[in-house]
Amino acid sequence: MPHVTPQQKDLPLDLVVAIGLQLIYGIAHLALISIGLAIIFGMMRVINLAHGEFLMLGGYVVVVSTNNGVNIWVAMLILAPLIVGLIGVIVERLLIRWLYGRMVDTLLATWGLSLLLIGLVTSIFGASTATTVAPPLGVLRIGAYSSSAYELFLIGVTIVLGIAIWLVLKLTKLGLVARGTMQNAEMASALGVSTSRIYMITFGLGAAVTGLAGGLLAPVTGVLPNIGATYIAKAFITVISGGASILAGTAAGSVLLGGIQGVVTFLSGPTFGEVGLLLTAIVLLRLMPRGITGRFFRKSL
Amino acid sequence: MKQTGTLREMRPTLIFAFLGIVFMFLAPHVLQLFTIINLTTAIALAVLALSLALIWGYGGILCFGQVAFFGLGAYVYTMAAINFGGSTWAVLVAIIVTSAFAAVVGYFMFYGRVSDVYLGVITLTVTLILYSLLRRTSGPEYKIGKALLGGFNGVSSPPINLPWDTRTLLFPEHIFYVAMGALIICFVFAGWLVTTHFGRVCVAIRENETRAELLGYDTRAYKLGIFTIGAGIAAVGGVLFCNGVGRITPDVFGLYNAALTIIWVIVGGRGTLIGPIIASFALFYLTSALGGQSLLNNNLVLGVILIFFVLLVPKGLAPTLIDWVGARRKGGPTRTRRRNPRGTDA
Amino acid sequence: MSISRRKFIVGTSAFALASPALMGRAQGSDKIIFASILDLSGGLDIYGAPMAEATKLAIEDINAAGGLLGREVELKLYDAQSSIQLYTQYATQAAAGDRAATVHGGITSASREAIRPTLARFKTLYFYNTQYEGGVCDFNNFNTGSTPAQTVAKVVPYAMNKFGKKVYIVAADYNYGQIIAEWMQRFVKENGGETLGVEFFPLDVTNFGPTINKIQQAKPDMVLSALVGGAHVSFYRQYAAAGMNKDIPITSTTFGIGNEHKLISAEEGNGLLAAYSYFEKVDNPENKAFLERMDAKLGANRPTMNELSVRSYEGAMLWAEAVKLAGSIDHDPVWQALRSGLSYTRPSGKLTIDPQTNHVIQNVVLAELQDQEFNILESFADQPPSDTAMVCDLVADPTLSTFYFENGLAAAGIK
Repeated sequence: MPHVTPQQKDLPLDLVVAIGLQLIYGIAHLALISIGLAIIFGMMRVINLAHGEFLMLGGYVVVVSTNNGVNIWVAMLILAPLIVGLIGVIVERLLIRWLYGRMVDTLLATWGLSLLLIGLVTSIFGASTATTVAPPLGVLRIGAYSSSAYELFLIGVTIVLGIAIWLVLKLTKLGLVARGTMQNAEMASALGVSTSRIYMITFGLGAAVTGLAGGLLAPVTGVLPNIGATYIAKAFITVISGGASILAGTAAGSVLLGGIQGVVTFLSGPTFGEVGLLLTAIVLLRLMPRGITGRFFRKSL
Repeated sequence: MKQTGTLREMRPTLIFAFLGIVFMFLAPHVLQLFTIINLTTAIALAVLALSLALIWGYGGILCFGQVAFFGLGAYVYTMAAINFGGSTWAVLVAIIVTSAFAAVVGYFMFYGRVSDVYLGVITLTVTLILYSLLRRTSGPEYKIGKALLGGFNGVSSPPINLPWDTRTLLFPEHIFYVAMGALIICFVFAGWLVTTHFGRVCVAIRENETRAELLGYDTRAYKLGIFTIGAGIAAVGGVLFCNGVGRITPDVFGLYNAALTIIWVIVGGRGTLIGPIIASFALFYLTSALGGQSLLNNNLVLGVILIFFVLLVPKGLAPTLIDWVGARRKGGPTRTRRRNPRGTDA
Repeated sequence: MSISRRKFIVGTSAFALASPALMGRAQGSDKIIFASILDLSGGLDIYGAPMAEATKLAIEDINAAGGLLGREVELKLYDAQSSIQLYTQYATQAAAGDRAATVHGGITSASREAIRPTLARFKTLYFYNTQYEGGVCDFNNFNTGSTPAQTVAKVVPYAMNKFGKKVYIVAADYNYGQIIAEWMQRFVKENGGETLGVEFFPLDVTNFGPTINKIQQAKPDMVLSALVGGAHVSFYRQYAAAGMNKDIPITSTTFGIGNEHKLISAEEGNGLLAAYSYFEKVDNPENKAFLERMDAKLGANRPTMNELSVRSYEGAMLWAEAVKLAGSIDHDPVWQALRSGLSYTRPSGKLTIDPQTNHVIQNVVLAELQDQEFNILESFADQPPSDTAMVCDLVADPTLSTFYFENGLAAAGIK
């Protein structure tokens, strides 16, 4: 099947801006779906295979609550993180806390959780749920091109979210204790920190951030019980490639992988875009066996 | 002296192998025809479980993409069998090509000192690349020799034929014997391998890589060795799988199957070979049975079972059983190998 | 090993002798088994769940009318969980274990190709009730869904007439999408149009920004879409978010059968064109009654009935008609009855089995999406499966069992 692409002419400025915006959005999108996983993995060494389902739950909160008349901004920015965060705390108390220090067993437990959540949502809402949500912001005109203003908003939210997490980690007592626990849990525990409480809060926070991301993506993606599977591998690969530092790792991973995916997609289509992302991750991990932040920005958050 | 020592150590393996042989000859007389036909697929998956049990449970290599070798084995077999017009050499080619591929991937990783979860991600990524690429290979231009790759829909796999007569194809109910025989051979081989010097060094590396290295072992070479052997066993599973299903499609490389392989080993118990095999059979039976009911959502039931399992049987099936039997026999608690408390190198 | 080798040969010959007995249907059991294999969990359940409900309704209706040949029909419903391996397993179980009189099901072509050989081997009549890319030529397999020569051939000229002749194609990156894209290009060319670009997307792509830029760059008059599955719903949303749905309309041959029109809001979907052999607004009394019973069964929030689900109902009914005509549930008499020009009317309209291809001559309907509902624009009665007929003749050779378009149209010698 020959791949037919439109005639490549010289690049006018508006096209360059439009493509540039898409590249940045691709990166922000990757960061947004990964950051919650990075918090949970970076702090707790728990690989949360139910991460995709937390994103899905965020989307469902928005779809179901707007169907019942809730304002979309309230649903996306408040309800989605709140409810998914709460679910995260419940999951941590009932399931994850028995498994600390057993990273591999958390794989099994969270995979079970992922199936359970898909099954639960399907049983309650059916295989698909009608929606009334549309992107709440208008169209962004760039010369002859147009894009969604909502994408610009999502880029902004991703940056703000990053700054907020940085501030929490850097400036608050919780952040200090969490960083301490992250670096050496036994030492922190010996110094009187309740690691159990820190873990609960961290898991809840990670889930809340994921719920927020899922909620924010609800107006521009399909919301279905099985949709989590489309995110989990990409998020997982981004976080591991980034390395142990939550923010620097996610940022570096997203910029590199998302950037390469975007460029390859523009040049030769989305299938090779995905392959490009995957190949980059392999080469990256070969060169830096502990992820990007295992070599660079080691002191960063 | 050494001979008898190996034999004693291999006694449980040989007992299970014997039970397997009994099952192989008894089952077709007891079970229904369709069960025997479908068992080939289950056995193929059990071989895959065995291969990961070997490289993860004994080699300490967390390979998230063991299905890559399984699927590759199936694809290479299918391509070769179509081109050769017979299955015997195709099986050998499948095992050799898959092992060679694993050796390249393994060299790339182990000699780059990639380990731990990072290694898991590389192997998973290799799997997903195969998935993405094979999915788009529909069309007459994507072919190897005479055999078209077939894209997402896959290719139908020629059944195994008698080694001396390429025209006598085996019926699915007879491939059951081949599959069961292959599983038993792979199981005994793996059971023997872990009692050899090579196997012991691999276990030593799993327990403490630095110490093994200080003792003068080139840990990279040992890891590469067990990884390549494991891939070869997975390829055998792949050959059986495409015979059982009658077809090979790219969805074997999907994330679900990649995760499922890991799940078998955790459920069965790391550090045993029989555990993951039993777990793969149990989960195979469970998913098959669930698909025949429509009372409850399948995902819901499977999810609940797995969660309860990880909480109640944290060590996995086989080690828990061994403990239980040991406790009853000696009248006191015995413990299987304690798991690395941080679990990070597992 | 030598013992087991000898056993193979002995076993093989024993099997040859024993097989007629094995193939025979279970005697004595008074229920007729009707097996259905569909994906009711996993990524394809958006398609499978409504199909299963329609199949259940069909069996209820058959039994309410006194069953078949005085016997009750029992539905064995298997959930293949979006896994090809389970399809083969359940097909074997249904044919050799349940001794089902017929097996219906399969959603993707991959799943159909996985079970077709198994059911042919056990001589169990197989119905595939899904719209697909055409080209299956199998004596034992009845394909009741619409094919490109029925739908694409109608909707492409209609849309070109309405929107313009320059077309951009977006399709799912697998066999179905690629073959449909070939048909689309063919029909665009035949109608004097021009294809400006073709782009394929893996099934898990959720970010379509780069493509939307490319479409803006190419400036087509319309977009033809053959996108598939939950993730691809994102395309329609992002397309609308960039304001594109107002300027460059979309025409699709896949939108709606996965309930997509409910998964995007009214303003995002308005104006989209689609073509199938059935929409809920098809006007006839039987369809009304069918939908009312669906409402009663599943409640007001039930999934929209589409070609896939209605055809699952009608496929079961076609088989039941053939059993009545044949006066038997055995393979050969029912097979002959099915190929005797058998037809069944409603809810989608008249369906007639074409013995040359084992496909179905059916109505084709074009519709426009407005406020999450498809309004019918135009109907075409009795459309033949002329694409498959180009390569397949089961009248001349009733032993064929091939999928001609498996590797594209060029491989089948077309164009």
